[in-house]
Amino acid sequence: MNATPSPPAPLPSAGEGNESLIELRDVTKTYGQGTAEFQALRGVNLRIEPGEFVAVMGPSGSGKSTAMNILGCLDNPTSGAYVFRGLHVEQLSRNQRALLRRYYLGFVFQGFNLLARTTALENVELPLVYRGEPRVARHARAREALDAVGLRQWEKHTPAELSGGQQQRVAIARAIVTSPTILLADEPTGNLDTQRSHEIMDLLVALNRDRGITVLMVTHEPDMARYAKRIIHFLDGRVSSDHRNGEKP
Amino acid sequence: MFLSSLLLALRAIRRNLMRSFLTILGIVIGVSAVITMVTLGNGATRVVSDQIASLGSNLVMVRPGQRLGPGRDSAGAPRFKVSDAEVIQTQISGLNAVAPSTNRSVTVVYGANNWSTAITGSTDAYFTVGNWRLAGGRVFTESEQRAGKAVCVIGETVRRELFGQLPALGGELRVSNFSCEVIGVLASKGQSAMGMDQDDTIVMPLRTLQRRLTGNQDVNTILVSVVDSSRTDQVMADLRSLLRERRKIAASEDDNFSILDTRQIAETLTGTTKVMTMLLGAVAAVSLLVGGIGIMNIMLVSVTERTREIGIRLAIGALEREVLLQFLVEAVALSALGGIIGIILATLASIGLAGVMQVPFLFDPAINLLAFLFSAAIGVIFGYFPARRAARLDPIEALRHE
Ligand SMILES: Nc1ncnc2c1ncn2[C@@H]1O[C@H](COP(=O)(O)OP(=O)(O)O)[C@@H](O)[C@H]1O
Ligand SMILES: [Mg+2]
Repeated sequence: MNATPSPPAPLPSAGEGNESLIELRDVTKTYGQGTAEFQALRGVNLRIEPGEFVAVMGPSGSGKSTAMNILGCLDNPTSGAYVFRGLHVEQLSRNQRALLRRYYLGFVFQGFNLLARTTALENVELPLVYRGEPRVARHARAREALDAVGLRQWEKHTPAELSGGQQQRVAIARAIVTSPTILLADEPTGNLDTQRSHEIMDLLVALNRDRGITVLMVTHEPDMARYAKRIIHFLDGRVSSDHRNGEKP
Repeated sequence: MFLSSLLLALRAIRRNLMRSFLTILGIVIGVSAVITMVTLGNGATRVVSDQIASLGSNLVMVRPGQRLGPGRDSAGAPRFKVSDAEVIQTQISGLNAVAPSTNRSVTVVYGANNWSTAITGSTDAYFTVGNWRLAGGRVFTESEQRAGKAVCVIGETVRRELFGQLPALGGELRVSNFSCEVIGVLASKGQSAMGMDQDDTIVMPLRTLQRRLTGNQDVNTILVSVVDSSRTDQVMADLRSLLRERRKIAASEDDNFSILDTRQIAETLTGTTKVMTMLLGAVAAVSLLVGGIGIMNIMLVSVTERTREIGIRLAIGALEREVLLQFLVEAVALSALGGIIGIILATLASIGLAGVMQVPFLFDPAINLLAFLFSAAIGVIFGYFPARRAARLDPIEALRHE
């Protein structure tokens, strides 16, 4: 399956095609105002090429989630530029960013963020609903995604009837059901036992290898980071190190 | 896009069955209560005004003493005589008919049946004034009136109770100590405005009643019907000055008689039922409000959950307007469903209760629409506006909502 659909009409056309998939230039993010002001990102520079598998590490509060939310177009940087395939995301309208999320991005949240009282299957097919996919195709793809995370037989269950690990896998299924260009996962194995965590990592590796999906994953477990091809460390709102896996930072 | 929003909304309704049910319940209670109350009130008002219409149009009632109704202050006030009616007839212009009348409660017997009823003694003008029509037979003649013949015209209730399946015309009723021939049967009028059975009546010549039952020349009431209702006020003024003169009332003294017209009677009586309708309507409006507050609560309680849901939908790529349309459709669908169920329930309840209360069922489109729109507005406002606020947030803010 090809992971690069043509951009939807309302989006301005991307650049030449020879630029990075993602580029952050001097991105800052400030929360709050006045005395409560807090700078979560203090000038982040980052380039990610198509097909990469990147692990983002760093101590708690170092700005990993903040950066992921900006990369996922869920939040806007306070200053700096976020360039997605030559497209300046920080200049796009709300609707255009929604379309970016719809057609290019899959996001796995730290807290699963599934719809309550909604079956696993319905949760997983939701992104396809907004893509206007017909019902039959939607169900087939949603089941395929649930299969991929080993939850095929749980498709009729609601989040309340699933364990934390199972909910996380439903959330992953929902993120990959569209075959996004980029999969952003914020601590996807944070709630899973070791064996499940390794299964999830194998799944991400397979998605990256077989479907060419670019994967960005936050984790604080070195065991999990080892699956990635590249590891970026955050410290105090900045990138403190960035190296290929196996190299010494 | 609309269709998919409808599908999403229907799914959301199904998912949140309890919330949907409570919302609908609030609307159903409010809508059905208001509609039922007002519909029944309208029915009751209709009964009263119908009865007043059957009283006779342009009717003016003259009675000795002041005030109408129970506790009438007539003690001491001189009675009227037949001569008063005759003078009214000759001296006042624009009159259709003048009927002096007196009532008595009696028990009448026919064969083995007996029945307690009221007998009115009057002239044939009574039938004109009271808007009575005959179901059979005839009314009494001039000569029968003058001679004080023992003849009578009976109401439908009296006929039914005494004669049943037997022919009434020509039958001889025993009234107190004399016997009286039935020469006519009145067409049914039904219940009166005060809830009395107007068909439970016997009418005989005034003279007969005076001679055989009351033993005096008194006339209780003079009923006057006016040709042109726009001249009723003039007629009443004329009546007043004529009667004051005849009864020798000094300019400084109050009337010792009262003159009322149908409009005044109507106003008094429909006034009461209208107040009742308004009272019922007010009580029902409270339930509409309570229902509305119920909906409001449900919607506000679920705002956190809905905000998170909206955050999730936005995060996976829904557009603001898609989310809004979905929530609007959901709110409208719930409100409309509740409103329709409420109207159906109210209609059934109104038909049932109208039967029990013996008032007509009058479908009132205005109140149906009004109650429906009010509840629907509450449903839509409290379902849609929190959603709109949430949909304008950045997805990450909506997701963080506590
Ligand atoms: N919505 C917010 N409002 C204020 N401060 C925030 C908010 N979100 C995160 N922060 C702060 O920003 C810093 C970085 O947070 P985050 O990106 O979640 O860190 P990480 O994911 O690396 O643990 C933290 O100190 C956190 O307290
Ligand atoms: Mg985090």
